[in-house]
Amino acid sequence: MHPTHPVLTDGSRLIAEACVRAGADAYVGYPITPASLIFFYASRRFPIALPAPDEITALQWMAGLSAAGHLPVTATSFPGFALMVESVNMAYMMELPMLVILVQRLGPATGTATAGAQGDLLLLNGLISGGYPLPVLCISDLEDCWRLPPIALQTAVDLRTPVVLLTSKEMVMTQESFDLARLEEISPVRRTFYEGPGPYCAYDAGDGLVPPFVPVGDGRHQVRLNASTHDRCGIIRHTSDEAMANTRRLEAKVETMTPILYTLDEQEGAETLVVTCDITTGAAREAVETLRAEGVPVSLLVARTLLPVPTVYHDIIGRYPRAVIAEENHQGQLARLLFGRRLPPNVRTVTAVGRMIRPDEIAREVTR
Amino acid sequence: MSRFLVKSELPYCKGCGHHLIVRNTVKALEAIGMEPLDVVLVTDIGCHGIVDGNFATHTVHGLHGRSVALAAGIAMGLPPEKKVIVYIGDGGATIGLQHILEAARMNVDITVVLHNNMLYGMTGGQPSGLTPTGFRTVLTPQGYPLPHHDIPRLVLDAGAPFAARVIAPGDFADVLRQALEVEGFSLVEVLGICVSYGVKMNPDLRLKELARQAGYEPGVWTGPTRPAFRPARRETTSLLETLAVSQRYSSPLEGRLTLILGGSAGEGVQQAAELLAQAAMSAGLYATKKGSYPVTVGVGFSVAEVVLSRTPIFYHGVSQPDAVIITSADGLANQRERIHPMKGGILWLDESLPVPETGAEVRVRDFRGRAGARNAGLYALLTFLRETGVVPPEAFVKTVQESPLGKHVDLAAL
Repeated sequence: MHPTHPVLTDGSRLIAEACVRAGADAYVGYPITPASLIFFYASRRFPIALPAPDEITALQWMAGLSAAGHLPVTATSFPGFALMVESVNMAYMMELPMLVILVQRLGPATGTATAGAQGDLLLLNGLISGGYPLPVLCISDLEDCWRLPPIALQTAVDLRTPVVLLTSKEMVMTQESFDLARLEEISPVRRTFYEGPGPYCAYDAGDGLVPPFVPVGDGRHQVRLNASTHDRCGIIRHTSDEAMANTRRLEAKVETMTPILYTLDEQEGAETLVVTCDITTGAAREAVETLRAEGVPVSLLVARTLLPVPTVYHDIIGRYPRAVIAEENHQGQLARLLFGRRLPPNVRTVTAVGRMIRPDEIAREVTR
Repeated sequence: MSRFLVKSELPYCKGCGHHLIVRNTVKALEAIGMEPLDVVLVTDIGCHGIVDGNFATHTVHGLHGRSVALAAGIAMGLPPEKKVIVYIGDGGATIGLQHILEAARMNVDITVVLHNNMLYGMTGGQPSGLTPTGFRTVLTPQGYPLPHHDIPRLVLDAGAPFAARVIAPGDFADVLRQALEVEGFSLVEVLGICVSYGVKMNPDLRLKELARQAGYEPGVWTGPTRPAFRPARRETTSLLETLAVSQRYSSPLEGRLTLILGGSAGEGVQQAAELLAQAAMSAGLYATKKGSYPVTVGVGFSVAEVVLSRTPIFYHGVSQPDAVIITSADGLANQRERIHPMKGGILWLDESLPVPETGAEVRVRDFRGRAGARNAGLYALLTFLRETGVVPPEAFVKTVQESPLGKHVDLAAL
C-alpha cells in the first residue's frame, strides 16, 4: 500500500504538534541533548513557550502555570531530570497536572549526550519519596509520538498529577519516512474546573480518588495548594489521620486510574514471548517478522504503560514457556522491574549499552 | 480581624518579627483595596511558611527556596489584576538566589517579602548566606566569618524596579504598599533576629546596632521602570504543513540498502543524508536517517546512517553497511572499526584519505577537491547514486534544488 501523505520526520515534531492539539498550552524548556529538538519545535508551536534558566526553575514555573489552570509540558534528559526530581515530587503532592517528556541518553551522569539509552526506568520507579507511583508511559514508534502525548496529558488532567512520557534519543531524533494519513485526529483533552457552590477544598476527593480542580486566583473559591503533608483543605499537618489518608489516596488514584497501554501480537504455537519497549521495539518487530518468515512462531509484547507496572504483563508472560526481554541498558531494567534481580529461569534478557540492540540479537536469543 | 485573615493568632514564637510582617502585609493589602481572592500568597519551607492557614487569600506552600520560581509561574499564568506575594526566608533566599535574580531580571509581577532573621530557624539556627559577619550561630559560636549577600542591591542590579529594606519593629506597611503597587518585580527585606536561636547566641546584640554594623542599611530604592513580563498567547501554525514528499521517480531497489556517510562536523553531512532520504522517498522507497556525532559543535566527526527499503523499516540501525561513503579524515577515523571487518559492500573514499584495510570494494573519488568541504557530502551521495542507480540521481538533484540549500549549491553542475 502506498502512503498517502508521506513525510520524512522525527518523533520530536510529532510529539510537539500532538501536545498542542491535545490542549497543552505552555511549554517550559531548558536546552539539553537529546531533548532540545522537542524544545525547538515547541518554541514554534506552543501558544506559550518559555525558556527557563535551569531545570529546577522550569519545573517550578510549570507548577505555577499548572496551579493557575494551564497545562504545561517540558522535555529533558537525565541530567536535567535529576534537577527536576524534588519539584516533580512537589507537583505530585500538590496534585498539579503536567507532562514531563524524558528523553533517555547514555549515562551515568553526563554520559554521552548524543548516544541513546534506556537507562532511566529504575530511576522512575521510586522517584516519588515513599514509593508512591508516578504514571510513566513509553513511546515505541512514530505513531506513539502522536498517540501517546494526548493520552499522557489526559491522564495528567484526570488524575491531577505529573505524568512522565518516556522516550530516548533515536526515537525523537532519527528521521523516518512516515505516512501522516495514518494519524488520527486529536481532540483536546477533556477538562473541567469545579464550579459548585463550595465550600471548596483542594484535596477533597469526595467519594472518588481525584479532587476537582480550581485554579489559584479563582474569584469564588479559596484554593490552598501544599507540597507538605496536608489535610483535605491543603492545610499543613503532621501525621493526622486525615492527612495520611490524603497521602495514601495519591497512590490509590495512580494505581487504579493510570491507563494500561500495550500491544500484544500473539502467534499461535509460539513458545517464546518477546517483551520490549521504546526504541528497541523496532528491532523486536523486525526480529519477530524474520523469525516468523523462517517458520519460528513467536509473540511480541510492546509495553507502553511502564509504571505503575500493569499486572497484566505478568499474566501474559506467565502464559509462555519462555520470555525474552529486550532493552537498551546494562542491567535489564524492565526485567528487574517485572521480576526483581533474580530472574525466573525461563526469562532471558537481551541488553546493550551505547548502541541499539540489533534484531539478530533478539532472534538469536529466541531460538537459543 | 482583617478580611485577609481567617484566624489572627499566628503560629510564630513569642516576640518573633514574623508577626509584624503578617500584620503589615495585611495592612498594606487593605490599603490598596484588594480582595483576598485576588491575592495568591506563595510560601515555602521555613518558619515564615507555616502561616498559610491564617490567610484568607489563595495559598501555595512549596519547596524550600523555590517559592519565587513557583510564584513566577503563577504570575505568568494569571491575569494582571491578580497579586502574587512571596514569603521567603533568608535560608530560602540563599538556596533560591538564582530564582530571585531571574525574576528580577525578567521583571515578573510578584512582590517578594524576605524574612531575614539572620539564620535557618526551623532547622536549628544554622548560618545562611544572609547571616552577617560576626553573628554567632550554633555552627559558628565564634561568629560567622563571611560577609552576607545584599539582596536588595542584587535585585536592583538584576533590573528590579523596586527594592527596600526595613527593620522589623515598627510600621512598615507603607513600604509594603509601595512594593505591592509596583507592576513588576518588587522585593522588601525585613530584618529581624530569630528569637529562638539568634537572640540566644547573641544576647547582647540589638537589631538596629546589628544592622548598622553589618551594613544592612534600611531604605527604599527604585530602578528603571519597564513593563512587567507577561507571556502573551500566540497563534501558531501546524508543524506538519509543507512536509509532504511526493513520489515522482521510481527506484529499482527491491530489498534494503544500508549506507553510512562519514565526514566532519560543519560540512553538511546530516543535511545531505536527510536530502538523500527525501530523494529516496520521492522514488517510492521507505527511508530513515540517523545521526551520530560528538557533543562538540563544528568539530569532530559527523556520521549519518541511512536505510533505504522497499518495505517499511522498523529497525533503523546499521550493523553491516552495504555502502560506506567517507569524505573526511574525521569520518574515516570514526568509521574505521566498521570499515575494517566489511566482507562485502562498497567503500567510496575521498582521494585525500589513506585507503584503510577492508574487505569492501574500494572506490577512490575526488569529493572534497571537486565540491569543496562544505558540499563534499552532497557530491559524494550524488556520486554514489550515479554509480549505483539505487535512486535516480535526478531525484536527488531535484530534492536538493527544492531545499533551502538549492539556492547555494548547483549540484547538477558538479
